[in-house]
Amino acid sequence: MFSEATLARFAREVAKYPPEQKQSAVMACLSIAQQEQGWVSPEAEAGIAEVLGMPAIAVREVTTFYNMYNQRQTGKFKLNVCTNLPCQLRNGQGALEHLCSKLGVQDGGTTADGLFTVQQCECLGACADAPVMLVNDRQMLSYMSNDRLDELVDTLAAHAKQGA
Amino acid sequence: MTLDLSKFQTTGQETCFHDRHINPQIYAGLNGRNWGIADYEARGGYQALRKILAQDGGEGMTADQVIAEVKASGLRGRGGAGFPTGLKWSFMPRALPVQKYLVCNSDEGEPGTCKDRDILFYNPHIVIEGMIIAAYAMGISVGYNYIHGEIFEVYERFEAALEEARAAGYLGANILGSKHSFQLHAHHGFGAYICGEETALLESLEGKKGQPRFKPPFPASFGLYGRPTTINNTETFGAVPWIIRNGGQAYLECGKPNNGGTKIFSMVGDVERPGNYEVPMGTPFSALLALAGGVKGGKKLKAVIPGGSSSPVLPAEVIMACTMDYDSIAKAGSMLGSGAVIVMDETRCMVKSLLRLSYFYSHESCGQCTPCREGTGWLWRMVQRIEHGEGRADDLALLDNVAENIMGRTICALGDAAAMPVRGMLKHFRHEFVHHIEHKTCTVPAYI
Ligand SMILES: NC(=O)C1=CN([C@@H]2O[C@H](COP(=O)(O)OP(=O)(O)OC[C@H]3O[C@@H](n4cnc5c(N)ncnc54)[C@H](O)[C@@H]3O)[C@@H](O)[C@H]2O)C=CC1
Ligand SMILES: Cc1cc2nc3c(=O)[nH]c(=O)nc-3n(C[C@H](O)[C@H](O)[C@H](O)COP(=O)(O)O)c2cc1C
Ligand code: SF4
Ligand code: FES
Repeated sequence: MFSEATLARFAREVAKYPPEQKQSAVMACLSIAQQEQGWVSPEAEAGIAEVLGMPAIAVREVTTFYNMYNQRQTGKFKLNVCTNLPCQLRNGQGALEHLCSKLGVQDGGTTADGLFTVQQCECLGACADAPVMLVNDRQMLSYMSNDRLDELVDTLAAHAKQGA
Repeated sequence: MTLDLSKFQTTGQETCFHDRHINPQIYAGLNGRNWGIADYEARGGYQALRKILAQDGGEGMTADQVIAEVKASGLRGRGGAGFPTGLKWSFMPRALPVQKYLVCNSDEGEPGTCKDRDILFYNPHIVIEGMIIAAYAMGISVGYNYIHGEIFEVYERFEAALEEARAAGYLGANILGSKHSFQLHAHHGFGAYICGEETALLESLEGKKGQPRFKPPFPASFGLYGRPTTINNTETFGAVPWIIRNGGQAYLECGKPNNGGTKIFSMVGDVERPGNYEVPMGTPFSALLALAGGVKGGKKLKAVIPGGSSSPVLPAEVIMACTMDYDSIAKAGSMLGSGAVIVMDETRCMVKSLLRLSYFYSHESCGQCTPCREGTGWLWRMVQRIEHGEGRADDLALLDNVAENIMGRTICALGDAAAMPVRGMLKHFRHEFVHHIEHKTCTVPAYI
């Protein structure tokens, strides 16, 4: 299921906890799997359960509890825009709507070319930078005016083209 | 080809390096590039640790002396509840021969709050040093910093800082040749507001879904893996090195009685210059607002949510008479909470504002307690129909009633956090809700 390199990344996380508490590494392992495969598949859950010596259902409970785990495949770029009140006061909702209409998707939807998924989300802990968003769970982008959103979409699309 | 999005990323200039802090202790001397260990040491970093371990001559400090100094400082928990930190540390059964744990709560997810992110990203070693000192004071050898999942770059930066501290001998076995050993690791969340609640955080750290536990027992007696555990907020730990270097009395005097030191306020919403401002406790709200450039576009101030989204809203005339400290804000009928100051100008509709918060709390309820699970959804649906012109005559009484029946009847304070904004809005802005119900329109329809 997992490559040697991935298993090494898991091991680094497991080492942080007491030997009898390997389960503590489950969140980190799931996020590594998601980073490498784009989502958390049932196979990945089963594989992690085995690595950590815990029941697969206990892994599933974690996947379904936390907002950021993708329980199905998303576009190549998952874009989360915060629309909570502090952001809403600085056009967070507007940013979400701009992205959706530019890409022709609804909140939660993925573009037909499989490049972009757009989702609203709750407070990212960066409220003073609103509108703020997160790209593929890892990169936070700030002050996303409509112009900057347009530029971002172009940048990402160009990157995908070059990669292809 | 790697994807470079740096041009869309913040540099911290607006939120942290604006030179508009007053007597900063945690944000002092930062510029975004000097987060590393050498720069931290050049700013006086790790001197407090050296002092207690008697590294630079001196007599060192005993664990009791460290706790006494923190008690004298009047430092209160910066995570929102304002519990006295020195007192909390003294609960730790130091002599008990079992593994004990120290946990830093960096799960900052209270809407409006963005201070811990800037501490960890631009000054990570101040938190590491504060935790090493806390561990020394409580006889703890293992610690974790639980970092909000959405700020992944901060988690990576913190891990890099941990490596530096280990290489320099500040972390690990026999720190600087002393008898004190302390291992510290970073752990990240992955998107669940409730994991900021300390017992939910512990469950999460144990690799489970983050559902709060009953308190008592408090973590001090039954914490991580069932062991005695002390949990403090990032900013709380960040205050400790300054206190040890300069003395508890000096810290206390920097603020006001019972409210020692500085506090970082996240000024968000309708202000000209949103960002974090570190100022002494007891600074007038009007002065803080002026630091943030005043209300955006020169508009009139309508209301302020003074301590994160779960604190009750205060109308302009009430907040303008407050100073920013636990006691003053409590007296005005709200709470200082996490220090997120959400500013709203005269064009803002309170029904619409409450609607977004009510959605948030119902979405983030962990579902364990019926009053919270059902009540938060009920509140949200009612506010929604009022906002959309479908409110009923008896809805306000029902809102009051549901909010009241959540308060105090749940395992954790998320239930209260959902109910308090509702009660605050109805107390001060009831007329807007009445208008929505009677006229099916908004008093300030321009709000987008
Ligand atoms: N920073 C953020 O993002 C957020 C902060 N909050 C804040 O959290 C606050 C509520 O937090 P809670 O942890 O529920 O408050 P709490 O009052 O139960 O506890 C505060 C701290 O004191 C300790 N403590 C209290 N009494 C104790 C005793 N008798 N023995 C030993 N330890 C004791 C607790 O363990 C805890 O660490 C709210 O006031 C809110 O402002 C809420 C949401 C998010
Ligand atoms: C729903 C909820 C969310 C919370 N979120 C946070 C948080 O993100 N960060 C934090 O430090 N404390 C948070 N708290 C408060 C913690 O439970 C705890 O009081 C705090 O971490 C203790 O540290 P302190 O004494 O240094 O403030 C939250 C409490 C509740 C009820
Ligand atoms: S009050 Fe709400 S969030 Fe807290 S334990 Fe109960 S159901 Fe969960
Ligand atoms: S409310 Fe949007 S990042 Fe906090």
